[in-house]
Formats: sequence, structure tokens, C-alpha cells
Amino acid sequence: MRLMSILMLSAALFSIGIYGVLVRRNAVLVLMSIELMLNAVNINLIGFGTWLRDTAFVNAQAFVLFVIAIAAAEVGIGIAIVLAIYRNKASIAVDEVDSMKW
Amino acid sequence: MVGALASSVSVASSALLGAAEAAAEHGEHAAAVLNGPNSTLKLGWLVVALPFVGWLLTLFFGKRSPMRGAIYGVTALGAGLLISIAMFFQVAGGAAPYHQKFYTFDIGGYEVSTGFSFDSFTVMMFAVVTLISFLVHIYSLAYMKDEVRFTFFYATLSLFTGSMLLMVASDNLLQMFVGWELVGVCSYLLIGHYWEEKPNSSAAIKAFITTRIGDVGMMFGIFVLFFAAGTFDIGGINGLAASGGIKHGILLAGATLLFIGVIGKSAQFPLHVWLPDAMAGPTPVSALIHAATMVVAGIYLVARNFDVFRTAFALGPGGPANVVMIIGTITMLIAALLAMVQDDIKKVLAYSTVSQLGYMVAALGVGAWTAAVFHLFTHAMFKALLFLGSGSVIHAVHSNNMSDMGGLRKEMPVTFWTFLIGSAALAGVPGLAGFFSKDEILHFAFHNHYYAVFGVGLLTAALTALYMTRCVSLTFFGEFRGHGHPHESPRLMTVPLVVLAVLSVTVGSLNFWGMKGFGVWIAYAGEQHVAEFDVVAMLAGTAAGAIGILLGLWIYYWKKAPQGLLDRVAPFRWAHTLLMNKYYLDDLYIKGIVRPVQYSLSKVAYWINQKIIDGVVNGVGVMTRKALAEATYWLDQTVVDGFVNDVANEAGEAGGALRRIQTGKAQQYVAVAVVATAVLVIAVVWAVR
Repeated sequence: MRLMSILMLSAALFSIGIYGVLVRRNAVLVLMSIELMLNAVNINLIGFGTWLRDTAFVNAQAFVLFVIAIAAAEVGIGIAIVLAIYRNKASIAVDEVDSMKW
Repeated sequence: MVGALASSVSVASSALLGAAEAAAEHGEHAAAVLNGPNSTLKLGWLVVALPFVGWLLTLFFGKRSPMRGAIYGVTALGAGLLISIAMFFQVAGGAAPYHQKFYTFDIGGYEVSTGFSFDSFTVMMFAVVTLISFLVHIYSLAYMKDEVRFTFFYATLSLFTGSMLLMVASDNLLQMFVGWELVGVCSYLLIGHYWEEKPNSSAAIKAFITTRIGDVGMMFGIFVLFFAAGTFDIGGINGLAASGGIKHGILLAGATLLFIGVIGKSAQFPLHVWLPDAMAGPTPVSALIHAATMVVAGIYLVARNFDVFRTAFALGPGGPANVVMIIGTITMLIAALLAMVQDDIKKVLAYSTVSQLGYMVAALGVGAWTAAVFHLFTHAMFKALLFLGSGSVIHAVHSNNMSDMGGLRKEMPVTFWTFLIGSAALAGVPGLAGFFSKDEILHFAFHNHYYAVFGVGLLTAALTALYMTRCVSLTFFGEFRGHGHPHESPRLMTVPLVVLAVLSVTVGSLNFWGMKGFGVWIAYAGEQHVAEFDVVAMLAGTAAGAIGILLGLWIYYWKKAPQGLLDRVAPFRWAHTLLMNKYYLDDLYIKGIVRPVQYSLSKVAYWINQKIIDGVVNGVGVMTRKALAEATYWLDQTVVDGFVNDVANEAGEAGGALRRIQTGKAQQYVAVAVVATAVLVIAVVWAVR
């Protein structure tokens, strides 16, 4: 039961994240939404880790630490890209960045 | 400068001693490391590691270091050379092979291990690679002094040597492939050293892509052998192959695919086209990569996996004709012919390299393992000598073309005499290195009734002598045709030449007839082979070389040959045009492969239509005097053209429709991905339930 509620929380957070990624025009908010999705995954990992108790408990935590570290790096790159786009277009609306097409 | 070298060597040797002590302290068999019968073999990993360390140091600290970073490479290779020589002496003294495992990991239930294996063959390659590389490092100090990216050049040179050593020392095919690819990358970087000029960067790309074609073959060959044998271990695979543990069809497929890799890397017909273009790189690089080390990687691969090839193709006395032998024979002849018409001195040597590699491949193809490996060994010495000598000449006259040289005998005595010795060794003058190794191959082919290989080998030997005589005559004799006043190169460049010249004279006698020398020290899986004397092969080989040299002197030195033959006699003119255009292979590849891929499918269809179908139609039309022309024309226009055009149109329309999907809006892509994932998850959950 406890696992179920954790999973529900995680799913809700993930859905909010997806909603943000799909709907928001502001690139910074899109990045924040991605962060929500990552954290939803982290909650999932910790939830299962606790549920499985034994060695998985530590593994899950180690895993989550890695995810957090990599997420930080990813946000750094993301912000750098946003800055570069802003410098070129004076706008960070994601739907205006569509030059990579036919 | 020489003092700095001496000190770097002493630093290297003390570093070596330090490492040996460290190994002794931590090793399991502390005493055995320094005293055992194969003690220095245990230091082999150091030889591989040192150039990589040198590479990193040069890359990060090079510009602030003494000698602009060259110190690291020179020291690393100097130490490596000392260890390799010690290893060589131990192996020649009969030391048992030493196998060093590093790390084992699981991939999908298969155990993959990495490690080094030091047997006599590996150690010989170590000695060759470190020796040539060390000399090239020294030589480049003077040659590259005023060139751009000096430090980067030295870094890449070290990385290249390290990669080659890694490949040679590998005990498994996977690790070998890593070294193999690293070698390819480094050759790309070094060939394109002067990338500011378009032809040079194009040459680098050409070398990279052409060898890549072979690499794909090699990769699939490794996969095939892995799934057949269940291991990447070279010893394991070859043992299974020899004992018949792998089905013959699979083994044949694996060996053929591996051989495609050899064709690419060792510049065999029809993928030899990259090597002459690779002369765009600095000359010391040509000596290192395109004469002594990289291109012999392919030879090494075949020789190292000889049981696989031997079983797959039934190599050896009395065996049938096989692809290895045929490709090698074709290559040695066509490349020797091409070397005849080159004006660029480096291209003469490049085609000569291709030709000699063909010799080695053909030798492996007839099963003459020792002869092939011995030729690899001697060829490395005199071809590196020739390349470095040509570099010395180019350094003096500032041109690659022999039409700008001539008469350099007096101005550059050291270069002249060493180059002459190298040429004589290559041409097979009795007593020098090339004579003994070439004689071994010819003798083996003749003795085992491979008369085609023997005949073409003799012809190639004569041609080799001829084009080297031409090269020496045009470069060092006659009147100087260039500009300025050429002068002898600095000591740093001539000393390596002298060292290599001495070796070119002496190493041949390591395998003197009947002597328990090279063939006993360096043996495949313990199969020792003592060189035999055969009067027919020896006389035929010597006569071929003599004819070539005399013909060369007659035409190019005494200039007694009738002038203008090429203009007056039609077959000669045709042959000359054919050779000047390199058999139109480059044109074929550019027009047949590069362009179509560049300009999409419809161009392919157009080309096939224009060149092949029209060509066939025209040929038939001419032959039958229009009897079939009308019918063929109709067939061509409606059926073939119709089909080809339809295919092209369909592809075009499908592309036109599909490209609309690509909007460039990232959120739409994500939405598609999310919906697709959701559908998949629901489907899977529903199915599992």
C-alpha cells in the first residue's frame, strides 16, 4: 500500500512534467519540467528500493545520486543552449526554434 | 641536441630500472621478474604504455616543455626500444611466450578478457615498430623544426606508435580491433597534417574512408569467428580452427571477411588507392605509417591468425589457388608497374610499398609464413630508410618531384649512399636484406609448384629493380634541374639514415641459408623453419634483379634507349596512359561510388543507365552491326529505363511526402514519442496480463 502511494506520487509528478514539456513555450520552463520528470523517476527508484529492502535499498540510492549529478550537468548544458538561442533569436520560445527541418 | 638525446636516453633507462624495481616489489614472483628466463617479457606492457603516457604528456604540457614537447615522445620510444631489444634477445634465446591477463568482464554471458601476449612474433614487431618510430622521432626533430603544429605532430606520432603496439600485443581480436582503429585515426590525423590545403585533407579523408571499407569487413569477420568459437581469444580461435572445431563454411566466411580488412589496411588491390595519396603527410610520417608499421598491420593480422587462414583456404604446399594469394599477386605486379611512371619520389616509394605488401600477402597465400614475416622485417628497415632518405632530399630541394632533382650525389653524399643502399636492398642485390627475404618467398613458391606466384614474383623483382634504378638515376645523377643550392641535411636526419642503412645491409643475414636464425627465433606456434638454399630460385631472383638494374641504367643513366618510344609506339603509349591514370580505378571509385552516394538514388540510376547499360548496348551494337540494336534499344528505353525511372520517381515522391513530417518543432517530436511509448506500454501490459 505504501509503495502504491509512492508510485502514484511519482506518476503524478511525471505526468505534470510531460505536460510541461509538451505545452510550455518557455524553454526554461521546459527544462524545469524535465527536472520534474527526472525527480519522478528518482522517487520511483527510492520507492522500489525501500520496498525491496535488502541490497536494492543501497543500490537505488546510489543510482539516484548518479541521476541527480547527471541531471545537474544536463541542466547546465540545457541552459547554455537556451542562452545561445536567446543570443541568436532574442527569444526562448521553443516553437520558434524550428530551423532543423527540410 | 645530441647531448639532450643522450640524457633523455639515460633518463629513460633509469625510469626503466625504477619501473622494474616497482614491479619486483609488488609482483607475485619478485625474483622471477628480474631473473627468470622470460623476465623482460614481463615488462612488455611498459613498451605499450610508454607511448600513451608520452602522448598525454605532450598533449597537455607539450608547448611548455623542453624541445616543444618532443622530449616525451623521444624518451618514451627510446625506453621502449631498449626494452624491445632486450625482449628480442631473450626471445631469440628461446624464452617461452609470456601471457598477461588484465581484466575480464561479461557481455551477455560471454566472457571477454583483455590482455597482452608476448611471443616471438610480437616481440619482433615490437622491435621493428619501436626502432623505426624512435628513429622517426629523432629525424623529425630536424625535419619538422619549422613546421606548423610541431607539438601536436609529436603527440600524434606517439599515440600512433602506442596504438600499433597495442594492436600487436593484443591477445584477443576485440582489443586488436581497438588498436587497429586507433592506428587508422592517427594515420588520418598525420596524413592531414597540412590540412590548410584541400588536396591534403582530401587525401586524409580518402585514406580514412577507404580503410574503413576494409574495417567493416574485419569487424564482421571478428563477429563471425566469435560466434563460431565463443571467444575473442586469438589462441583459442586459432586452436579451434586448426583442430577442425569450427565448421569449414563459417571459417571460410570469417577468414574472407578478415581478409577484407587486410585489403583495406595493407593497401591491397582494389583498395590500394589510398596509400599513394597518403603521401600528402609529412615525409617522416610516410616512413613510419606507410612503410614500416601501419600498413603491415594487415600482414600482422593474417600472420597472427594464420591457423584460421590456413584451415579456411587450405594454404600450404600443394594447396589450391586462393583469394589471399591471388590478391597479393595482382597487387605486387600492378603496383610495381605504377611505380614506373611516377614523378613524385614519394609516390614511387608508395607504390613500391604496395607492391612489397603484395609480396608479403602472396607469400602468406602460398603458406610461407616465415618468409612473409621475414620480408616484413627486412622491408621495414629499407623502406623506412628510403622514405627518410627521400625526406632528406625533399628537405633540400623543396619539391617532391624528381623533375626538380638530379645531380644530388655530390651535394648530399650521406643521403646518396644510404639511399643507394636502401634501393639496392629493395632491388634484391645479393647480400643485402631484401635479397634474402625475397629469395625465401620465391624459393617457397617455386618449390611448392606455385609457378604463377613465382613468375609474377620474378617479374615484380625485375620491375622493382628497374624503377628503383630510375628513381636513383633521376634523383642523384645527371644535372640538377631544380632551383637554389641543395645541401646535406643536418646530423639529426643523417644519423637515422646511417643506422637504417647498416641494418638494411645486415638484417638479411639473420636468415642465412641453413642457419638457425630468424626462422627459428620467430616461429608460428613453434613451427620452426630453417631457410633452404635453392639454386634455381636464387639465380632466377638475382637474374631478375640484375636485368631490372641493367635495363634501368640503360634507359635512365646511360640514356642509350631510343628516345620518344612512348610517342611513336601505340601500345607503349596506351600502357603509359593507362598507368598515368592509375588504371582508372580512382575515376571508377569517384564516379561509381562517391558521386552516386553524394547525389542520391536518381543519380545512381542515371549512371547505371548511361555507363553500364548504354555501354553494354553500344558494345553489342558494334559487334553485331546493328542486328540487335533496334531490339536492345527498345528494351533499354521502355523496360530498363522505365524501371529505373520508376524506381527513382517512386523514391523521390516517397521522400517528398515523408519529409513533411519533419517540422523541426521539438515538442511535436516529444509528443509523438510520448504517445507512442504510452501505446506500447499499454499494449505490453495488456498482453502480459
